[in-house]
Amino acid sequence: MDRRDDESGIVLTEEQKRRRRARSIAIALSLGALALLFYLVTIVKLGPGVLRRPL
Amino acid sequence: MVTTRGVNLHEAALARAEPSGAGVEDYLALMKPRVMSLVVFTALVGLLVAPGHLHPVLGFAALLCIAVGAGAASALNMWYDADIDARMSRTCGRPIPAGRVLPGEALAFGLTLAGGAVAVLGLVANWLAAGLLAFTIFFYVGIYTAWLKRRTPHNIVIGGAAGAFPPMIGWAAASGGLALEPILLFLIIFLWTPPHFWALALCRADDYARAGVPMLPVVAGAQETRRQILLYALTLLPAGAAPWVLGLAGPLYGIAAIFAGAGMVGLAWRLRRPRAGGEAALFAYSVVYLFAVFAALLIDHRLFGSA
Repeated sequence: MDRRDDESGIVLTEEQKRRRRARSIAIALSLGALALLFYLVTIVKLGPGVLRRPL
Repeated sequence: MVTTRGVNLHEAALARAEPSGAGVEDYLALMKPRVMSLVVFTALVGLLVAPGHLHPVLGFAALLCIAVGAGAASALNMWYDADIDARMSRTCGRPIPAGRVLPGEALAFGLTLAGGAVAVLGLVANWLAAGLLAFTIFFYVGIYTAWLKRRTPHNIVIGGAAGAFPPMIGWAAASGGLALEPILLFLIIFLWTPPHFWALALCRADDYARAGVPMLPVVAGAQETRRQILLYALTLLPAGAAPWVLGLAGPLYGIAAIFAGAGMVGLAWRLRRPRAGGEAALFAYSVVYLFAVFAALLIDHRLFGSA
């Protein structure tokens, strides 16, 4: 939002900015939930074996 | 791909290269959440009545993948059908025809979710379930939406198979294989789909005619559609009871399936003579039927350990 809008370029309306922010938050939450799900699935599938690896 | 029907719909918007005005709720609407709820429920039942044990976390992840896969198929359906959606009063408010989501955005959204759902299901559960999910998405988008829907009044008879796969996917995710039981569950939804959709099509025949979609009421008339609905309801009744008759489900399920199926036949029988609200009542009841039969199977399985 700090980006200077070029007068000849696209200038977002307040509504478009609000919707873009909502989309960004939704994507962030989805990615966070996905990371948590992958973590849990890894632990469940591998169990203690997740620690058994050559160092 | 500037030649796709969906992109042409918003040529002007693309020419101006307008930034997306889509809200989060528009992307959720692309996934047809109400349809998704039936998919998730039937897949959950398939998953829970299957032999074998799936850890709850893996079960949840598998269900999430099935739900997202169904949502992806819906988004791709809306992308392809944007032109006819725009001509129907029931669907003209959907995100693409309403201009809130650009066709390209819906296409990218659908393809990304479809690829992600299939890949994650394969890694979380097994590749049989992932393959079935991929085939279901392909069947709904490629066979039903792109091929059959605009060409034949039997579109939803064959296309209904796409909606019938979720319990098989759930079963495959939990057990790693397939058996007679999930095939019977497939058959129940497959036979349930025509009366369910034709009841809706009878209410919206003008809409479909305006959009040029050859639904049965448009092509063969209301009376023939009512006859076909009755025939399918009569076929659905024994198909619903089959898991009990074959000893794959207990008496609780059998009684529920017979009563629910008889209700479906009763409403279809009454529909033979046109009366106000008859089609809407059958449509609403058909949703209750599917929930009731699958819920009965789940309860029966939990109480008596059948299936």
